Amino acid sequence: MSDNAKIFREGLWNNNAGLVQLLGLCPLLAVTSTVINGLGLGLATMATLVLSNSVVSMIRHVVRPEIRIPVFVLVIAAIVTSIELAMSAWLHGLYTILGIFIPLIVTNCAIIGRAEAFASKNNVKQAALDGFAMGLGFTLLLVVLGGMRELIGMGTLFSQAHLMFGEAARGMTLHLMGEDYRGFLLAILPPGAFFGMGILIVVKNLIDQRRKDKVSSLATIKVVVEPAQPPATS
Amino acid sequence: MKRALRQISWTSLILASFGFIGTLLIAGTEAITHERIAENHRQLLLKSLHTLVPKERMDNDPYRDKILIQAASLSKNPTPVYRVRKEGKPVAVILSPVAPDGYSGSITLLVGIYLDGTLAGVRVSSHRETPGLGDGIESQRSDWILGFNGKSLHNPTQKGWAVKRDNGQFDQFTGATITPRAVVKAVYKTLLYFQTHQEMLFNTPTATATATAGNDHE
Repeated sequence: MSDNAKIFREGLWNNNAGLVQLLGLCPLLAVTSTVINGLGLGLATMATLVLSNSVVSMIRHVVRPEIRIPVFVLVIAAIVTSIELAMSAWLHGLYTILGIFIPLIVTNCAIIGRAEAFASKNNVKQAALDGFAMGLGFTLLLVVLGGMRELIGMGTLFSQAHLMFGEAARGMTLHLMGEDYRGFLLAILPPGAFFGMGILIVVKNLIDQRRKDKVSSLATIKVVVEPAQPPATS
Repeated sequence: MKRALRQISWTSLILASFGFIGTLLIAGTEAITHERIAENHRQLLLKSLHTLVPKERMDNDPYRDKILIQAASLSKNPTPVYRVRKEGKPVAVILSPVAPDGYSGSITLLVGIYLDGTLAGVRVSSHRETPGLGDGIESQRSDWILGFNGKSLHNPTQKGWAVKRDNGQFDQFTGATITPRAVVKAVYKTLLYFQTHQEMLFNTPTATATATAGNDHE
């Protein structure tokens, strides 16, 4: 059980595919101009990760080490192509927006990275869970970055939600900056993605640092207390 | 030697079978989704065609009444032409010229022209212009593109078919002249093309359904 918790902690925070491993930056930076785009690509990536991790784990005893990489690539490419076709059929609006970045999931190093580093060494259940956790971590990052850029760049959140959730979601768009907000172009343009990503990495490192400081300050107190006792008694 | 050989063939067999399974998976998905995807394309296109030429003015299916033309003034590649008819009589054509000189690459348009040479309307079907600047050509972002409605080769005359900075009639955007300039130019060229090729555009018979389906733009 704690094993599963560890897998989740790794995927969501400690070893986050985007924030820590800095993998899949190309799609990450390119599509995160809105929350919905980020969510769409994130979910597609998550589905790919769960499926590819499970399959790779299933076949880990069959595939000889010499050919494991080509086989992984084959598995991932087949899965991504199928997901692409499925999205084109059932989520066509979103598909037209994400465009080239769905097939490009194949080149997201996070996917073959997890296949090689985790799925090929663990059982199917854990591998699937790892794919889910890694995918969720990646999706959350895409959504947060997309939210930041959309809010600063256009003053909205959840614009074009109907592409994902159907016509009923058209009213979901929030205009948080007021109707007169002209938008801040830099946030939408590619440099905005780099700035946003940089800020998120800083925030994560600050949080980690603060935690570490807390732990080590506790530790130092212990160290201080112990030598302080002998002089007191003597 | 023999052992190595056996190992090599076994390994290639595994690799080949994964290739085979992968292909099967994709072919299967393709077979399931094929019809739906084609239908999605059709719906998407019909939706944008209907915004150009109102539904009441047509009773045919322009998606099927389609020919491919090769015209240097419209695009380097063959472009589709959709014919709109009512009771068998031609009403309008919808061409899709490509403006090659956008700010970042080419801009694909849908241009609807009524039989009398007036514009039913213009829409952008794909572009890569700067968000916030050049993307004002999208009908969702500004009404600029609606300014073409009802225009023709005589209204305005040739000099007017340019952006205001070039002493023409059409607005440019603040900070973006190149994008609207490219669109205006492409629309004008399309009108010229229509003027000289009107007959051919309406009278060329559609190729067999399979041939056009195979050439579907994507």
